[in-house]
Amino acid sequence: MAISPLFNQLFSRSPVAPMQEHMKVAAQAATEVQGYMAAVMAGDWDLATTLGKHINDLEDEADDIKRKIRLSLPRSLFMPVSRSDLLELLQAQDRIANLAKHIVGLTSSRRMSIPAALAPAMEALVEAAVKPANVALEALNELDELITTGFSGKEVELVSAMISRLDAVEHAADIKEAELTRLLYSLEKSLDPVDVMFLYRLIEWIGDLADKSQTVGNRMLYLIAR
Amino acid sequence: MGVIEDYGSTLLLLAIIFGFFMAWGVGANDVANAMGTSVGSKAITIKQAVIIAMVFEFAGAYLAGGEVTSTIRKGIIDPGLLATDPELLVYGMMASLLAAGTWLLVASAYGWPVSTTHTIVGAIVGFASVGISTDAVQWGKVGEIVSSWVVSPVIAGTFAFVISLSIRRFIFGAPDAFVAAKRYLPIYVFFVGYMISMVTLTKGLKHVGLHISFGESLVYSAGVALLIVGLGIIGLSRVKRVTKSDQLDLVNVEKIFAVMMLFTACAMAFAHGSNDVANAIGPLAAVNSIIESGGVVGAKSATPNWILLLGGGGIVTGLALYGYRVIQTIGTHITELTPSSGFAAELAAASTVVVASGASLPISTTHTLVGAVLGVGLARGISALNLRVIGTIFVSWLVTLPAGAGLSILFFYLFKGIFGTG
Repeated sequence: MAISPLFNQLFSRSPVAPMQEHMKVAAQAATEVQGYMAAVMAGDWDLATTLGKHINDLEDEADDIKRKIRLSLPRSLFMPVSRSDLLELLQAQDRIANLAKHIVGLTSSRRMSIPAALAPAMEALVEAAVKPANVALEALNELDELITTGFSGKEVELVSAMISRLDAVEHAADIKEAELTRLLYSLEKSLDPVDVMFLYRLIEWIGDLADKSQTVGNRMLYLIAR
Repeated sequence: MGVIEDYGSTLLLLAIIFGFFMAWGVGANDVANAMGTSVGSKAITIKQAVIIAMVFEFAGAYLAGGEVTSTIRKGIIDPGLLATDPELLVYGMMASLLAAGTWLLVASAYGWPVSTTHTIVGAIVGFASVGISTDAVQWGKVGEIVSSWVVSPVIAGTFAFVISLSIRRFIFGAPDAFVAAKRYLPIYVFFVGYMISMVTLTKGLKHVGLHISFGESLVYSAGVALLIVGLGIIGLSRVKRVTKSDQLDLVNVEKIFAVMMLFTACAMAFAHGSNDVANAIGPLAAVNSIIESGGVVGAKSATPNWILLLGGGGIVTGLALYGYRVIQTIGTHITELTPSSGFAAELAAASTVVVASGASLPISTTHTLVGAVLGVGLARGISALNLRVIGTIFVSWLVTLPAGAGLSILFFYLFKGIFGTG
């Protein structure tokens, strides 16, 4: 005898777990940029190519999860968060993985060599730019707790505190980006002009990793605020 | 009259058999509504669910099922028109039982969600209005019943919404959610225990032979409720923190809700028994009263004890034999329901159903529970609900009522043909 099929139909697969899975992959792609850039700065292109390929694979995986999530959100699905807000959050998460892939593409296609004078500052920037991604991941992992508690004051406070921390680490990354840019400016006359332009672009993109992570935090605030 | 004299015992026996099988169906089929949320959120095991269901469904059916049984038995049909041909009512009630049983089987085979309550009511209205006359039906009462089908999910939803908000504010919003849960949840248990006791004491115990005044009921119910709360507090004191951190550690709080779900599961089983047993034994009670009185329709007597026992026994049999298997196949999707959400939904649904039973209104436990879950969803407590279910409910009304009516009209003419009139 079939049991109440009505009850089976009432509940749907929650998109929360896939969202958290997607962020995990995106954050990992960002984190691996650190190891990749270290290999690039050491001039070890064999290692860099392997690491770069792995980052590309992670970005593909993120795209797969993103596609599945988008397909699993029909309009008849009733969620405690707005459907469009959720999809925008997903898009913001995905941009992190995309950017990591672009960084790999830019550096590998030109076999970019980072001038030794810039290396320490570059290393500092990469480390600072990757940190926000992991803070954003922490915040996103609270999504199911937010729903379980019905977006209660305490849990919301917790997540808001995380997002404030996210803003702070993003700001720190901005400072590092500005420092590195100034340093490059002071050296640019002594370097190949085309290389310099692409170095500026690389610095900008690495700094953007932090910006995109902050955007994820902002989108989470939209979800909560509803 | 002659038919009653000649075939009375045969007809009664047939009615008893049909009624017992209907009760069996109610037990096996509908138990998932009562136990589904508790098992789905892993608050209790399937074995615990079956045992709880057996005890409390029987209790609900026996102690609080009388009012709704009366409605099915004599509230829908106007006895006046049938005074000269009482055997028609016998045929009709038997036809209704058979129709409901058949429809249940067909729907189960196809996996359609049907409500036994709607089928029986549709069947009774069907044979009475077509087989006898449209004046035979008490349309006022029918209107009341139909509006209760719309109102009960709404009330359950509103109630669940309020409960969810209060849980959010008093428990999850507190500095230490674990301590707050241990302190406040017994209060919820008190309210539900009180309401169930009140309904049982004011409406249910007449046929057990106890007569308690309304004032006494108020006091006794408080006593019973406090007893239940006491049990609850003992159970809660056994729950220890699993993890310890400064942050909001929900694992601990959900453990508390899991213990509380035991109480709501009992309440839900009781409520379900109180409302749905009537689907099986209401018609049987009608047949019995006519045959016992030798053809008098609408006798004032209360539902006999043995009929309530038969109903309860049928439900328990159905549960014992099929319930295990049925609960096992509960969809994995229900695991999206956390103990805290399930608690709120079941509490609201059980209260609504029990009050409806007390108001002698036969409602659908499934639809009420769906309404309650949607109420929790509105309070942002569940991550993903499929709103198409609402459409499915409307469609099931449109299909089940005519199907029940059609089948019962068919069987009515069949019995009329076999046993004859006059």
